[in-house]
Amino acid sequence: MSELTGQDLTCIRGERPVFARLNFAWTAGTACQLTGPNGAGKSSLLRVLAGLIQPAAGSLSWHGTPIDEDREAHRARVSYCGHQEALKSALTVREGLQFWADLGGLPNRVDAALEGFELTGLADTPARILSSGQKRRVALARLIVESRPIWLLDEPTVGLDKASQERLEHLIAAHRAEGGIVAAATHVPIALPDAKNLDMADFAPGRLRGQAA
Amino acid sequence: MTGVFLTILKRDLLLTIRQSTDVALVMAFFVVAAALFPFGVGPGPETLGRIAPGIVWVLALLAVMLSLDRLFQQDWEDGALELITLTPAPLPILVLGKAAAHWIGTGLPLIALAPLLGIMLNLTETAYPILIAGLALGTPSLSLIGAVGAALTLGARRAGLLMALLVLPLYIPVLIFGVTAVDAAVAGFSVRPHFLYLGAILLASLALAPLAAAAAIRNAVE
Amino acid sequence: MHRFANPARFMRVAERLLPWFLGLGGILLLAGLYQGLIASPADYQQHETVRIMYLHVPAAILAQGFYFGMALGSASFLIWKHPLGDLMARAMAPVGAALCFICLVTGAIWGKPTWGTYWVWDARLTSMLILLFLYFGYMALANAFDDPSRGHKPAALLAVVGVVNIPVIKFSVYFFNTLHQKSTLFAEGGPSMDPDMLLALMLMLGALGFLATAMAIIRLRGEMTVVKLRAARHGLNRHDDATQDVKHEETTR
Repeated sequence: MSELTGQDLTCIRGERPVFARLNFAWTAGTACQLTGPNGAGKSSLLRVLAGLIQPAAGSLSWHGTPIDEDREAHRARVSYCGHQEALKSALTVREGLQFWADLGGLPNRVDAALEGFELTGLADTPARILSSGQKRRVALARLIVESRPIWLLDEPTVGLDKASQERLEHLIAAHRAEGGIVAAATHVPIALPDAKNLDMADFAPGRLRGQAA
Repeated sequence: MTGVFLTILKRDLLLTIRQSTDVALVMAFFVVAAALFPFGVGPGPETLGRIAPGIVWVLALLAVMLSLDRLFQQDWEDGALELITLTPAPLPILVLGKAAAHWIGTGLPLIALAPLLGIMLNLTETAYPILIAGLALGTPSLSLIGAVGAALTLGARRAGLLMALLVLPLYIPVLIFGVTAVDAAVAGFSVRPHFLYLGAILLASLALAPLAAAAAIRNAVE
Repeated sequence: MHRFANPARFMRVAERLLPWFLGLGGILLLAGLYQGLIASPADYQQHETVRIMYLHVPAAILAQGFYFGMALGSASFLIWKHPLGDLMARAMAPVGAALCFICLVTGAIWGKPTWGTYWVWDARLTSMLILLFLYFGYMALANAFDDPSRGHKPAALLAVVGVVNIPVIKFSVYFFNTLHQKSTLFAEGGPSMDPDMLLALMLMLGALGFLATAMAIIRLRGEMTVVKLRAARHGLNRHDDATQDVKHEETTR
């Protein structure tokens, strides 16, 4: 039984169709890598999966139930990491993570999250003096405090050093072993064993496909 | 429900305290703008005293409006707002928490400074308690109605100016009842109806503004 | 193009009605002008200036009615996600604002000989002024987004927020000032007006109503053309056929 399925998903942004008739079925433990040229709709698809964008057509279901029937439940299932880190320069790393933990995660997982991305030493540092790679690590640490089954990662490795990327790969593997689902859009090769691949170019609406060819 | 309300309230208050210059700037505007009126209408104590409640209220409106960008703009720019909409908590409750933090960071200091403006503008002594009470009852509505304007203009060009155009007409009822309450007290009439209307506006804003603002935010993060 | 099917049908009906509205509006306007300027008597108190009312009062009624119509269209757009309601609201806004402006200008012209000043902060004039501000706010917000499709929902929400606030604003403004004469058209126990004057008022109300609606239809036609053009430019028209063949299953790497 597949957990997360998308049927005939079509997305229109600013009256421009981005992708059309996209289908997938992901079971527990699936990792899926989204590939395709810039503008092919990788980010848009992740935002559709998160529930931020309503698809223009098609449906998204969890265990066969359309997510539109209970959007709050769907929000409790997804962790979304976009391009922006959403860090408050005036708050410390710990305060920032604690906020997300209190708002819909597990309040007691903050220390584990700090450890998971080797941020313990930076816990009381204001986010404004972090380097861009450190900011990215804090943003990814939110995945641990939220501990939700579906991870949607938009270019998660940008700015990460080798060690941090390995930690992320390790974390993704552990998440999948527990039955979690990961969808990641990335240009950088990232180790996702047995990952599915969704080439966005296959779902480009006619016009866009013509351009890409 | 109260849990997430308090969580977001606490976080926004912490940010307000850490960035307290923002509050200080708005309060400085409140006082400096009031100091212009004696130059504009003449320093005659009687003239000033008669228009003092109106000046304090109008400046309070403008000060609240100037601080509205703090409500969602920063969270929208750094991506936190979309993550907030992705938490399982009901968005109107979170909006309510943010509006409450905005009021504590703007409305309360305005109320604390209002007596100073009263002295500067020769406000009648009997008017002070009514002015303060009216501000206490009216400024939360300003934060709530302002939240709708701030949410609607997210992503718009010239959002600040646009917000003024949207929000100021909606502030007029609060201004009217706030000022007429003081006038009534000075003239020796009952202030009860004025305060009841202010209270009714507050209750309606509490119920409706978070819903409208939440709908606007969902559109803005799409 | 299922998205525009219904609006297209609506437009067909509207297009057929348009000449009738223009014609009826024109005839009623001529009749109203004759009745208002020549056939009806001058007021014993306001003398000839009362004739300004035949433009002022219909404009006021229609300006409020148009805002209400905008809010209805916007609400239907928010509830049923149907673009027609939003397009109607957008088409109506400038027409309503113009009516509001006419009402204010004629009010000022009437006020000079009657009150001795162009502007008085009387309750009804003030609430019309605030209504004009609400129109301005709507039009500004509807056009404030670089991506035009982003502005639909905020503008629609604002129209609904505005209509919820109008009674509160009106009440507070009346509370503030009740200097103006009581409304005579809708006074209890029927209108207390000279029948000749009432006839002029009704003719002008009909004329302005038909003409303003005709203008809104013409504007709606423009709004819909813009939407269709934008859709065509982005290849939306073709995407249904073009994507027929790209139904791929994902591949496992």
